[in-house]
Amino acid sequence: MKLLTHNMLTSHVKGVTKATEVKVTDVDFNSEFVSRMIPKIEWSVLVEAADTLGHLNDLPRDLPPDYESSEDFLRKVHHVLLEVEVLEGNLKCPESGREFPITKGVPNMLLNEDEV
Amino acid sequence: MKRKELESCLQQVDVFEKPKLLLEQYPTRPHIAACMLYTIHNSFDDIEDKLVADLGCGCGVLSVGAAVLGAGLCVGFDIDEDALEICSRNIEEFDLKNTDTIQCDVCALVPERFSNKFDTVIMNPPFGTKHNKGMDMQFLKMALSMSQTAVYSLHKSSTREHIQKKADDWNVKMEVIAELKYDLPASYKFHKKTSILYDQHSLRRYKMSQNRTSILFGC
Ligand SMILES: C[S@@+](CC[C@H](N)C(=O)[O-])C[C@H]1O[C@@H](n2cnc3c(N)ncnc32)[C@H](O)[C@@H]1O
Repeated sequence: MKLLTHNMLTSHVKGVTKATEVKVTDVDFNSEFVSRMIPKIEWSVLVEAADTLGHLNDLPRDLPPDYESSEDFLRKVHHVLLEVEVLEGNLKCPESGREFPITKGVPNMLLNEDEV
Repeated sequence: MKRKELESCLQQVDVFEKPKLLLEQYPTRPHIAACMLYTIHNSFDDIEDKLVADLGCGCGVLSVGAAVLGAGLCVGFDIDEDALEICSRNIEEFDLKNTDTIQCDVCALVPERFSNKFDTVIMNPPFGTKHNKGMDMQFLKMALSMSQTAVYSLHKSSTREHIQKKADDWNVKMEVIAELKYDLPASYKFHKKTSILYDQHSLRRYKMSQNRTSILFGC
């Protein structure tokens, strides 16, 4: 699970907890795509997830206003959004405390029957 | 990439080993998947550099195709672990870096929570059989809320009027893009499906308020 995917799930689950296996892969950098994704994502959630995984990569807590023009910044965001992947871990819903496992890189959002 | 090349590429995608009838697990044939994706890519430019969702991705033929055509990221959603496992294997074999998968029940997600997060949604949804009628509509509703620009979906041609009515209710414009002859494997002969739904958001028709436009297309 990439952190961009995680961010798309943020209104369902916020934090990544207990990540036991994280992989970093090389993904071609596409500045146009990355700068278009930034307004779609919840920045604070991304920063927090990256920080938890130990891959903050110097991302600032607050999104700089002129980010489109800084390739250096976009490359950092690219790395965190698309290159860092959680293979094993958990996602936690802050409201219910419910945890969803990530196995072999695939988050499982299905509820157990006793939770429905 | 030519359509033929895409098609022969998609022929390499492994399909369900033990298809589960209840989940309506039959793969989109490479020819149809290639036609569909090629049109979305070439005529509408809704794949390259886009954030794409594939609902009910199964073994991932549509996701793989979208990734090969240069999606920024394609996220596949499916309820079935076994299908997702094959999907992961396909992704690995194609050495794709721009895909991800999520195991979930598409019908249990809260549509509003994904509102407009994705650019494009592509899908070949379950039609819904006797015991889960209206499944295709639930997928469609989810897809429409997830996508900012367009939804492309395969539907049985017999449901066209029904979809048109729903689309009107939802204030969505729907159009048939193509009619497909669906060559289902013998075991699924009882199905006949033919069209692809295309939805275009106000972004395209800017200033037309929330009016979305969609086009049903099959071949
Ligand atoms: C017609 S198949 C299409 C598979 C694949 N997208 C393709 O084009 O080859 C429908 C898929 O939807 C999945 N599915 C069925 N019900 C589902 C649900 N409630 N939530 C998510 N996926 C579901 C099935 O497991 C199956 O893989």
